Amino acid sequence: MSNRVAIAGVGMSKFGELWDKNLRDITLEAGMYTIFDAGVPGSDIDGMVIGNMSAGRFTGQEHLGAQAVDLSGLGDIPAYSVEAACASGGAAVRHAYMSIKSGEHDVMLVLGSEKMSDVNQTEAMNTISVASDWEWEGMFGATFPALYAFMARRHMMEYGTTEEHLALPTVKNHANAAHNEFAQFQRAVPIEVVMRSGMLADPLRVLHSAPITDGAAGLVMCREDLVKKYTDTPIFIESSAQRTDTLALHDRKSITTFNSVVSSTKSALQEASLELKDIDVLELHDSFSIGEIMLTEDVGIAKKGEGCKALEEGITEIGGKFPVNPSGGLKARGHPIGATGVAQIVELVLQLRGDADKRQVDGAEKGLAVNIGGTGATSIVHIVGR
Amino acid sequence: MAEQGVAQVWRRIRAMYRIEGNKCETCGTHFFPPRPVCPECRRKGKLENYTFKGLGSIYTFSIVRQAPDDFKRQMPYVVAQVELDEGTRLTTQIVNVDPEDVEIGMRVRACFRKIKEFGHSGIIVYGYKFEPVMKVTGHKQ
Ligand SMILES: [Zn+2]
Repeated sequence: MSNRVAIAGVGMSKFGELWDKNLRDITLEAGMYTIFDAGVPGSDIDGMVIGNMSAGRFTGQEHLGAQAVDLSGLGDIPAYSVEAACASGGAAVRHAYMSIKSGEHDVMLVLGSEKMSDVNQTEAMNTISVASDWEWEGMFGATFPALYAFMARRHMMEYGTTEEHLALPTVKNHANAAHNEFAQFQRAVPIEVVMRSGMLADPLRVLHSAPITDGAAGLVMCREDLVKKYTDTPIFIESSAQRTDTLALHDRKSITTFNSVVSSTKSALQEASLELKDIDVLELHDSFSIGEIMLTEDVGIAKKGEGCKALEEGITEIGGKFPVNPSGGLKARGHPIGATGVAQIVELVLQLRGDADKRQVDGAEKGLAVNIGGTGATSIVHIVGR
Repeated sequence: MAEQGVAQVWRRIRAMYRIEGNKCETCGTHFFPPRPVCPECRRKGKLENYTFKGLGSIYTFSIVRQAPDDFKRQMPYVVAQVELDEGTRLTTQIVNVDPEDVEIGMRVRACFRKIKEFGHSGIIVYGYKFEPVMKVTGHKQ
């Protein structure tokens, strides 16, 4: 294919509870790192898109597209802001992909950003809940962790998944994040600590859940024929796919599989003329550990019900056949909602370029990211290659 | 915030108080909450109002131990997906039961309860919760 979309550079802010920084600071930080990494002159950038879930509730500020272009000094270029709950970052990447593919834009700055730590716990919980069906789930007391607990409880009943199993993604992802200087939690946690952590919504515990995080991430994306001007190590988007499921979890026939993930993964692989066995590294949306277990099955690494087995056998560790979340994932890198989907691509680009230091997956050539919104109502899959 | 609006709750009270949804007469599928379009039949669908009997079984559940302020006084509370006998599921609290006794498959029936208060001076939201059939009739079914 000659009209592929290329990634010229990547960058991100530190992820964590950044008390001394506001939404502007972290967005600008990620944007600047990204532009420097890409080596793109600001005057070449002809469009900007930002993924964000809920700045209006988390910080009081909306209209983030204009804000980002303004403070980056990018002039009067078009600025787009896109939202798809926890998949807002993936939606921003896909927006840029489609814009460049269509010929409307040539070089775009893609950002994802969320500042979550400025509100109290109640406001944070309610804001996260609006990613599911607020009127028919959240309003009746089903917190976001409770909805994932619904899935976990069924997965345990249908497939014999245990409490030990639920701890495995956390243990793996924390060990990976220990080698990621941008991660929120750069330390390993023993399984006993995960299994003793406070209960959020039975059977899910605090350490099964992604944290509240501030952070931003960015990419410079451009036409394939332009990228050689900027970098010797371009990465290409092989495919982009998106699917939708019911907004409310209770409207799905099965709640132990994400249909939107199954179909978007299939579509992305097909579009890229690849099979899963060709993928060397994956970033999967582990907002809760049961999510990573289900996604391991839904993308096809393991058969349905055997996601835990893949984890136990080390298949998804760095060095395994299908390394999942070498960055530390949402659990340990952190989950600034709108930034996550972009940060997943940042990690894959670092892996494919061979820039991932101690968490490097040797010789990685193709990477796949799954970014989901809500409890799976949106699934966005990207495949990147070098 | 929008979710504290009186109108936003008031316009849903038929569904929240009586479990009133709808049924597609073309394919026979029941919907709760009521759907504007049957996703199977679309323009061939024929939606009629339908009041659910309020009987069903627990499909999955959780015990909530960290909740927003609106629900803090109720913690720990059981929230579940109940599969109604007509075939659709809804999300609701399970009350009148020790949380440790709740299990998948337990027969439950609807009751009318206070759902939450929007702070000290906010409106009070009422609607359905579910309780074990056993507690009301003395029989598990
Ligand atoms: Zn129908």
